[in-house]
Amino acid sequence: MMRADVRHSCSDLTMQPFSAMSLLKRGLSGQRGWTAQWRSPEPQPAYDALIVGGGGHGLGAAYYLASEHRMQRIAVLEKGWIGGGNTGRNTTIIRSNYLFPESAALYDHALRMWESLAQALNYNVMFSPRGVLMLAHTVHDAQVFQRHIHANRAAGVDNEWLTPLEAQRFCPLLKIGDIRYPVLGAALQRRGGTARHDAVAWGYARAADALGVDIIENCEVTGIRLDGAGAVEGVETTRGPIRAARIGVAAAGHTSVIMKMAGVALPLESYPLQALVSEPVKPVFPCVVMSNTIHAYISQSDKGELVIGAGTDAYTSYTQRGGLHITSHALEAICELFPMFRRLRMLRAWGGIVDLTPDRSPIIARTPVPGLYVNCGWGTGGFKATPGSAHVFAWTIAHDAPHALNAPFTLERFRDGDLIDEAAAAAVAH
Amino acid sequence: MLLIDCPYCGERPEPEFVHGGQAHLVRPARPADASDQVWADYLYLRANTRGVHAERWRHTHGCGRFFNALRDTTTDQFLATYKVGEAPPAVPAAQART
Repeated sequence: MMRADVRHSCSDLTMQPFSAMSLLKRGLSGQRGWTAQWRSPEPQPAYDALIVGGGGHGLGAAYYLASEHRMQRIAVLEKGWIGGGNTGRNTTIIRSNYLFPESAALYDHALRMWESLAQALNYNVMFSPRGVLMLAHTVHDAQVFQRHIHANRAAGVDNEWLTPLEAQRFCPLLKIGDIRYPVLGAALQRRGGTARHDAVAWGYARAADALGVDIIENCEVTGIRLDGAGAVEGVETTRGPIRAARIGVAAAGHTSVIMKMAGVALPLESYPLQALVSEPVKPVFPCVVMSNTIHAYISQSDKGELVIGAGTDAYTSYTQRGGLHITSHALEAICELFPMFRRLRMLRAWGGIVDLTPDRSPIIARTPVPGLYVNCGWGTGGFKATPGSAHVFAWTIAHDAPHALNAPFTLERFRDGDLIDEAAAAAVAH
Repeated sequence: MLLIDCPYCGERPEPEFVHGGQAHLVRPARPADASDQVWADYLYLRANTRGVHAERWRHTHGCGRFFNALRDTTTDQFLATYKVGEAPPAVPAAQART
């Protein structure tokens, strides 16, 4: 009976496909007639699978569960609004030039999915492979980057070494000499770039909703119920209990809090990571530039704002804000590398709570609790992995077994000594 | 920026300090006898508390000494600082918002 109801509500839904023609038509009629892009349903008493966390990773997992694994009754539970956590708080940088083969394979899987994501979702996620330039300022930087480049090329991931002058040609605003830490060279991944973060959440939400996924906002999980055998049987939420035999947790900085409800402790620590944007200016900055050593990263959004990333704060916190000295430090680096930005004013600054693992690689895996799966530990760089992460997480939930690409990213690797130590490639100082 | 009350030097700004992670972790007495799981839990598992958190700080640009603190990770407010070897002070329930 309930199943029939769910199907019925889905068949009522007609997703309006976006095309040049539909945009033109609406434009000529004063943009009237657009309808909500996804429903706002009441939670049902039971689902086949629940995803906890309505960011890109969670919404994407729900979409792939429905589209690739043909799962029927799926809900995404979000305590606030979708895309309001780290999906909407990051600096939108996308790249796959990680050191180890396991990471390069996972992140490059994501990068390949980014290239066709807008078409797959019929939603413009504004993926812009404008190139990601990582600056070397010390001999050590130069050696490590060249090692990364060789490892990447052996793994089939593009990455190339530029001399300081070549780096400046690629990014004409860059000051390479007469600064405290002159640029000694740079690693360039041309396939890397940026995407519109909100559009990723919205695109996945719209596509998942069209396949019948219930996206339930303002629904905070307050408990996880286990049956007599210790397997999950559902969750308690601020909107009532919901039963499900499979629960996937994609709650970023709050993963420890959620998993504790099921008695699962994780090797995670949650830190604030801050970013800020400048006032909007005309297109001036052609690529993404990152500097690990003097610590800043920067790109320009399509709105014209310079999007600037800072480092993590020193202490664990759940406050979604950090110290001003952290952002000031990032701005000092930006002003050193790009003196023309010294006169720009900053418009907004904010923090997100990132969950760091000891080896700075994610955990996408089953847990000791049957039916409970976790996708966490993306630390300071989860946005770039969104489609790939969601894709293999859905696979893991649907098959109760990992996809080949996330098989190394277990919880047990910390016990067994199979760490995937990407502390250097993760780029953000922490 | 946090203002941190070093038990030896008094209140000083955050950049003088280094955060030392969760406090009161106990190293297995005989590591060679510890199972892989016990050892991994010691090395890697952290409470990651949302609420009142006992943590270590080191006053690197001051006295150089380690000490412990209770801080509410939902507000970043320090509830107490205390010396290494002392038990964490009791926190009034009204202060310990979680």
